Amino acid sequence: MEATIATIVATAAPLVYATMGETIAEKAGVINLSLDGSILLSAMAGFATTYVTGSVLLGFLAATLVSAIIAALIAFASIELNLNQIAVGFVLTLFAAELSSFLGRPYVGVRGTAVPHWEIPLLSDIPFLGAVLFDHNLSVYGSFVAVIAAYVFIFRTRKGLELQGIGERPEAAFARGIPVNRMRYLYTVLGGSLVGMAGAAYSLDVKFGWRENLTLNFGWIALAIVIFGGWHPVRAAFGCYLFGALQVLALKLQPVSALQGVSQILPILPFVLMIFTLVIVYLDWFRRFGERHPRWQRLLSSEPPAGIGRVFERE
Amino acid sequence: MSLELRDIRKYFGEVRANDGVSIRVERGELHGLLGENGAGKSTLMKILSGFIEADSGEVVVDDQVIAMKSPRDAIAAGIGMLHQDPLVFLPFSVLENFVLGNPRADRDQARSELLRLGESFGFAFEPEAPVRTLTVGERQQLEIVRLLWLGAKVLILDEPTTGISATQQALLFEALRTLAGQGMIVIFVSHKLEEVEALCDRVTVMRRGRAVGDVPLPAPIDRLVEMMFGRAVKVAERDHRGLGDVAIELARLCVDDRLVSLRDLDLLVHRGEVIGLAGLEGSGQRTLLRSCAGLLAPRSGRLEAGGADLAGHPYHEHREAGIHYLPAGRLEEGLIRGVTVAEHFLLAGERKGPIIDWDSAHDEARRRIEEHSIVGTTDSPAESLSGGNQQRLLLAMMPAGVDVLLMEHPTRGLDIASADWVWSRLLERVEQGTAIIFSSADLDELLRYSDRIIVFFAGRVIAVLDAADTDAVRLAHLIGGKDLG
Amino acid sequence: MTTRRPILRFRPGSRIIAVVLALGFTSLLVAATGASPFEAFRLLWQGSVGTTDKLANTLMTWVPLALASAGLVVTFSAGLWNIGVEGQIVMGAIAASWVAREVDLGTAAIITLAVAAGLVAGMLWGLLAGVLRVYARVNEIFGGLGLDFVATGLVVYLVIGPWKRSGIASTSGTDLFPREAWMPTIGDRLAPIAIVLAVIAIVAVFALMRGTYFGLRLKAVGANPTSAFIIGIRTHRYLLAAMAIGGALAGVAGTVQAIGFQHKLVPAISGGYGFLGILVVLLAAYRAALVAPIAFFFVMISVGSSQLSLRLGLDSSIGGVIQGALVLTAVLVGGWQVQRATRRAAAEEV
Repeated sequence: MEATIATIVATAAPLVYATMGETIAEKAGVINLSLDGSILLSAMAGFATTYVTGSVLLGFLAATLVSAIIAALIAFASIELNLNQIAVGFVLTLFAAELSSFLGRPYVGVRGTAVPHWEIPLLSDIPFLGAVLFDHNLSVYGSFVAVIAAYVFIFRTRKGLELQGIGERPEAAFARGIPVNRMRYLYTVLGGSLVGMAGAAYSLDVKFGWRENLTLNFGWIALAIVIFGGWHPVRAAFGCYLFGALQVLALKLQPVSALQGVSQILPILPFVLMIFTLVIVYLDWFRRFGERHPRWQRLLSSEPPAGIGRVFERE
Repeated sequence: MSLELRDIRKYFGEVRANDGVSIRVERGELHGLLGENGAGKSTLMKILSGFIEADSGEVVVDDQVIAMKSPRDAIAAGIGMLHQDPLVFLPFSVLENFVLGNPRADRDQARSELLRLGESFGFAFEPEAPVRTLTVGERQQLEIVRLLWLGAKVLILDEPTTGISATQQALLFEALRTLAGQGMIVIFVSHKLEEVEALCDRVTVMRRGRAVGDVPLPAPIDRLVEMMFGRAVKVAERDHRGLGDVAIELARLCVDDRLVSLRDLDLLVHRGEVIGLAGLEGSGQRTLLRSCAGLLAPRSGRLEAGGADLAGHPYHEHREAGIHYLPAGRLEEGLIRGVTVAEHFLLAGERKGPIIDWDSAHDEARRRIEEHSIVGTTDSPAESLSGGNQQRLLLAMMPAGVDVLLMEHPTRGLDIASADWVWSRLLERVEQGTAIIFSSADLDELLRYSDRIIVFFAGRVIAVLDAADTDAVRLAHLIGGKDLG
Repeated sequence: MTTRRPILRFRPGSRIIAVVLALGFTSLLVAATGASPFEAFRLLWQGSVGTTDKLANTLMTWVPLALASAGLVVTFSAGLWNIGVEGQIVMGAIAASWVAREVDLGTAAIITLAVAAGLVAGMLWGLLAGVLRVYARVNEIFGGLGLDFVATGLVVYLVIGPWKRSGIASTSGTDLFPREAWMPTIGDRLAPIAIVLAVIAIVAVFALMRGTYFGLRLKAVGANPTSAFIIGIRTHRYLLAAMAIGGALAGVAGTVQAIGFQHKLVPAISGGYGFLGILVVLLAAYRAALVAPIAFFFVMISVGSSQLSLRLGLDSSIGGVIQGALVLTAVLVGGWQVQRATRRAAAEEV
């Protein structure tokens, strides 16, 4: 049992990175639709770099850099060139995916270096929790940090509040002296960096290697989970672990021939949940429920930042 | 301290929003900025608060020129602006709104400051409540204390009394007087004569992008009105014919719009009648027009036209009943960018089978272009036409036998020739039995063409006048909320 | 969230600049792997239209892309991002596969029924996304994405479940369809029916958008739904109709894939033509007339690129790289030029 949960936590780590990154970017009002391609390209870059240099750290850095650049490109196209974020993101996701296949060819099937295991002393001796949470590697620990950091930053710091403001109502943030576009660049690139880490976490840890379409639809799933998570890091993380659980469950069910079909349907669930969430938002009673319970309001709210996807112009 | 604007100029294309405006305000002064819609007040204040940049001119605080490139510079100079629709973050709490943008981060300290400041002015705040649940007046109060905590020494209020209750207004004025007494410079932007009179020490009047006068208060009202609206206008006599049957009737209509609530509106309009809606922007005219059009469902009451009660029925049923609506935003709500003149006529006209006969469509378009003297070709996209020609196009798109024509600002932005032309076509329709309900900020237009004028103020109808029995001065006073009796 | 279609204005030079940039970038990539760019492009050409056999293959590959793209022209004109197009293709393929497997009639009847079934299935799937958008305000991007995955899940379930190959359940697909359910071909590959369907679709969409009131109104709704509504257009109906048409054409693409190309149902039955179609239509700036040639150009690249992996050891995804680079540079260059022109105009006014 403990081993299963530990596996879930480890498998979900890349998804957590990606979801945290995209939550930050979307909170600032920028949709990065290139997630799927970015993660692929980053995964490849991370793996290739590690293979060539022998350093896992450099691999992570390379992956982070790749996605950060793609994210910067989207921000640039949106802010400077007044292009539609969806259009640019969509083209980039296909482009990056193909690029990853092409450039990654020499590294298919090659044995790579994995992130070294690192049991945290003392903490890993805690019954149950120790095995589940503290018997992993840096990549997984990093994902924990990502969730905590994202939550604390967004909801507990002054800058985080400003971030929320930028995405919610850029005019109001601007009137308060916040440099909206500059911040949008920053947060988009920051989000992109986390997305890059997701790629590296996948090719250097969870899957140990590179092949075409390694991260199979990961990016799309991350996008769905961000929505399902109501743009709240903790809820999104919950969505990631839920999905991880479903994946592990699917694997366990596979040998059972009677339930073959079910295991194939499981990957669909995040999307069904996402649609469900989006429809719920529309329903009035849900909003009124939230208003009556303000402390739960934030956790339950499923409304996107009102200014998402729009370009902010001064005049 | 003192605040000075020197020779501020701002042009938007051909429009001279601010044409060399200079104002000086001293410490502790309650300074009013008066003028009708489009006079340039909002633009000027946006420049002062750093939201937009002036093309030329200077902002001077304490005899030092301030480089005003963004709201950051304004905030650093101690200038804070309260927008007409307060720029707050709706899903966030009162406390979060209070704190956002302020370099001081301590929440607890912030909370106690929020409550203390609120108390000193008689404002009641619930720090955890989402701002969405606050009324406009309460949001204003929040913004005021926020700006104070930020260290504002100049407070600009843009049309603050639209949409707030009488109690809130009293509180607001009290607060402003207190602040001025403490040395704050308060700039009170408004159209409402009575309020500016009641609150301010001095007033600057703007008209058509210029500051036309700077007088201490109290001052003779007539002088203020004259400065705001220009010379009194000669009213040309309109030939009022006999009126026909009822075209549209409103009975005890109650409509809620964002900032405005119309209550128990009764109106009977006959065929061939022209009703003018007067009042400041946001006083209820648009709400009335949109409910008649079917774009806004009334909360209660009857709306009868074409023999049926249309209240709450969808827009297309209103259209089928002969009610047509021409909104103010020509390119936003009436015409479509990228679509040509000929295509607009096709969209608005009768469908003749599924296939478009482009040749005859172009012929028809050419005919209509000539008939309506539109400067443009059949292939000109809508956005390439000038404002006047866009209006001509919109009118040309209207079918011939309309029962009720609802228009917002029919001649806004048009030169005299175009405006005259628009009205000559409208009067043609009136003679054929169309009833027209139109809103306008142009007193001359209202007086010249209406049979009756309905004056709106703060979401209520405060007067229904016979156009023949009234004059520009009385109308202006009513619009400003001041009834001479 | 605004998902109005992006205003893409390609000034005369920008597509050419885009092609040059894209080819330059790709050449660099190819050269970096040690192969000769010229050889690569020659092989692309050869591999797609070099022989009649290859040409036939290319034409058949062109059909589903052209069909999907034609449908996307309609949805883009309405201002919709029909990301659900992949799922619509899949559903069409599933419906056609069902007909191919279950219906016991002559070829002509089967083919007709299969096309009809694919059309209806795709249309319904498109309408579903449309209903979610119009009545539940679920953005068609995410709604469509979700439905894409549901459709994929469904096809995988069918392939390894009820419709599995006799004996082995494998994701390599179902059994081949009975011969009567194969689109008749000239030679080995070329099925004239498929070509005809594609041509009809493109011509029909072109005629619809240029010559009918429906097309004009759709364009109005896509450009400015507020004004369109005020003018009296029932915007909801048009949005739904657009999704229905887009879905229907995508469904037919699925049919062609199933009974004209693959002759069985495989999980990857959509072939990525939905998303590729979005790229095609973006590059065509939503103009129906350009869809056919651009789609053909894209297909040349896709098909030709398989030669590259055979002969030069380059990964066949180079094709996708070229396509992606093309559209990316076109969009960016186009956007940059528009910005420059806008800024110039604004400066002149003051």
